[in-house]
Amino acid sequence: MTRHAAAPTVAELSDLIAPHLHLEGPLLPILHALQDAFGHVPEAAMPLITEALNITRAELHGVMSFYHDFRDVPAGRHVVKICRAEACQAVGGTELAEATLARLGVAWHGTTANGAVTIEPVYCLGLCACGPAAMVDDKVIGRLDSVRMDALLAEAGA
Amino acid sequence: MKVYVPGDSAAKSVGADDVAAAIASEAALRGLDVEIIRNGTRGMIWLEPLVEVDRGAGREAFGPVTVADVPGLLDGTLDGLGLTDDLEWMKRQTRLTFARCGVIDPLSLADYEAHGGLAGLRRAAAMTGAEIVEEVTASGLRGRGGAGFPTGIKWKTVLEADAPQKYIVCNADEGDSGTFADRMIMEGDPFTLIEGMAIAALGVGARKGYVYLRSEYPDAIAVMTKAVDLARKAGVLGADLLGSGRTFDMEIRVGAGAYVCGEETSLLNSLEGKRGVVRAKPPLPALEGFLGRPTVVNNVISLATVPVIFEKGAQAYADFGLGRSRGTATLQIAGNVKRGGLFETAFGISLGDVVNDIGGGTATGRPVKAVQVGGPLGAYMPVSKFDTPMGYEEFDQNGGLIGHAGLVVFDDQADMLQMARFAMEFCAIESCGKCTPCRIGAVRGVETIDRIAAGDAGAQELLTDLCETMKDGSLCALGGFTPFPVMSALTQFPDDFATKQEAAE
Ligand SMILES: Cc1cc2nc3c(=O)[nH]c(=O)nc-3n(C[C@H](O)[C@H](O)[C@H](O)COP(=O)(O)O)c2cc1C
Ligand code: SF4
Repeated sequence: MTRHAAAPTVAELSDLIAPHLHLEGPLLPILHALQDAFGHVPEAAMPLITEALNITRAELHGVMSFYHDFRDVPAGRHVVKICRAEACQAVGGTELAEATLARLGVAWHGTTANGAVTIEPVYCLGLCACGPAAMVDDKVIGRLDSVRMDALLAEAGA
Repeated sequence: MKVYVPGDSAAKSVGADDVAAAIASEAALRGLDVEIIRNGTRGMIWLEPLVEVDRGAGREAFGPVTVADVPGLLDGTLDGLGLTDDLEWMKRQTRLTFARCGVIDPLSLADYEAHGGLAGLRRAAAMTGAEIVEEVTASGLRGRGGAGFPTGIKWKTVLEADAPQKYIVCNADEGDSGTFADRMIMEGDPFTLIEGMAIAALGVGARKGYVYLRSEYPDAIAVMTKAVDLARKAGVLGADLLGSGRTFDMEIRVGAGAYVCGEETSLLNSLEGKRGVVRAKPPLPALEGFLGRPTVVNNVISLATVPVIFEKGAQAYADFGLGRSRGTATLQIAGNVKRGGLFETAFGISLGDVVNDIGGGTATGRPVKAVQVGGPLGAYMPVSKFDTPMGYEEFDQNGGLIGHAGLVVFDDQADMLQMARFAMEFCAIESCGKCTPCRIGAVRGVETIDRIAAGDAGAQELLTDLCETMKDGSLCALGGFTPFPVMSALTQFPDDFATKQEAAE
């Protein structure tokens, strides 16, 4: 994930918003572009979006809060999504997830104290014949067990 | 020699990228001339990474292959499984929709055409819209996204609607646990979906299409985006589609992690940049869909099956199947199962044969307890219902639904009370919020199941009433069908609910 250290400038934000304005239904592509660049949708982008799309701040907030993906504050340096859905439950996914949360001392959506890893639940990664499954940032992992999970977390710096 | 290492995300999730890298470096060390092709998966997920080696006498399968196996693989000392096409799993299938998946290089249009690709679109381009719609109707194809609505009838409504712009929207939100057919075909044979959408567009007179693809599938997003680009460059999409003089183009749009956005009207709102709240029907999306215009919304597999119908003819497709379920079911066998993967076969095979014969029973080797068919809104089928044939009506008569044809197998250690609780919890988390029975009912459902677990005898009746209210008072199947898994767990596995009660007393 690309992350800019300094607060984004208006020019940077506008450069990410403008290319989508000609689309039919541009809001989700804009929010994705911003989140891909910054790891969250920066506060400074909000007025630019509402003005460009001629929507109210309340409408924008309504959309942002409806979807599980969008966040208005940064996550940890890596996001680990652990599948909670039925197919992974059938092969021990629940036990693995609970053990992982306990080991890191966080709840779902929580971030480790050192800021390295945020743990999110996900409902299906399409890896249902090779579960338990998880995704570290954009990388998919199947046939997980506690040993592999520990290795992943160590690699992510948790 | 040619070596095939799947680039499918299931294969990648169990190490296919490392295996491909090892093959490249070991081959270089040995001075071997090896062409590595990142194909899609053949669907034998339990064997992934499944590597195929072609030394000129057919594709020989090896799997699961680890990095440590690679030297032996190249030296010819690693034990193989035989020719891929001779494997039982492959021979027993009727691969129509998935004929090319795992066989070709997903992003080679030349490979695609050499395996029958674009034949259907070429045929459709010479037909009128009405003839195209008639062909789909004659094939008997029904929507593979869940509801099983006849695709031809939907297309006819859009064809007959009068509007300055019409749309083809592909539902690639595939949120059901136990399903991965959409992902597999998008990663393994993306041009099939593009071709199917183009035929739909010619049929109904649409010039623009969208694939609404869930964000949980980054690999599928990457492959589809590249494929659309390649198709446009080759003139398969664009202002003069295959020289037909007609225009069709499409975009890939990424979802944002909401299960309910798989519901077609919620999806359309999301595509428009709104909250993914479900719309009341009527108006049907076929008449007032994306931006209020006539819109075909079809599942990935429905659309990806259209090319083969046009290539081989509607009757050839309709010749397969059972009763009113024509053609093939793309079964996804998942969960606690020995041989999990994608198995395409004519409708009519029994549930028990799928689980025990094809799937080989549980991975743990313990007895099967239940199979959830059709995703999180599908019923838990007990072993006593294993005679049920795979067919829309046949499942309905047995209190179940086929949905997107995913099967999740559980062994005897599954706690069905916990599964019922999860169904309610999932509904509460994913509810779009429009109907009270769904939004509030699901939360009450979790509480009520907790009371049952704690030994409250009266709570079972309360749960039953609550499920009735959710069924009757919900606008869409999220609230309306969550009672299926819950009530099937309660009625088919009463011991899991009673034991708790007695234990607490
Ligand atoms: C809560 C909910 C989720 C759904 N999710 C999906 C989905 O992920 N993919 C899909 O194709 N259809 C899904 N559907 C069904 C769609 O509403 C719609 O019936 C389908 O896209 C129509 O295409 P088809 O006729 O080709 O099946 C869902 C329905 C509901 C109620
Ligand atoms: S049943 Fe639930 S998800 Fe469906 S429309 Fe009503 S509140 Fe929304």
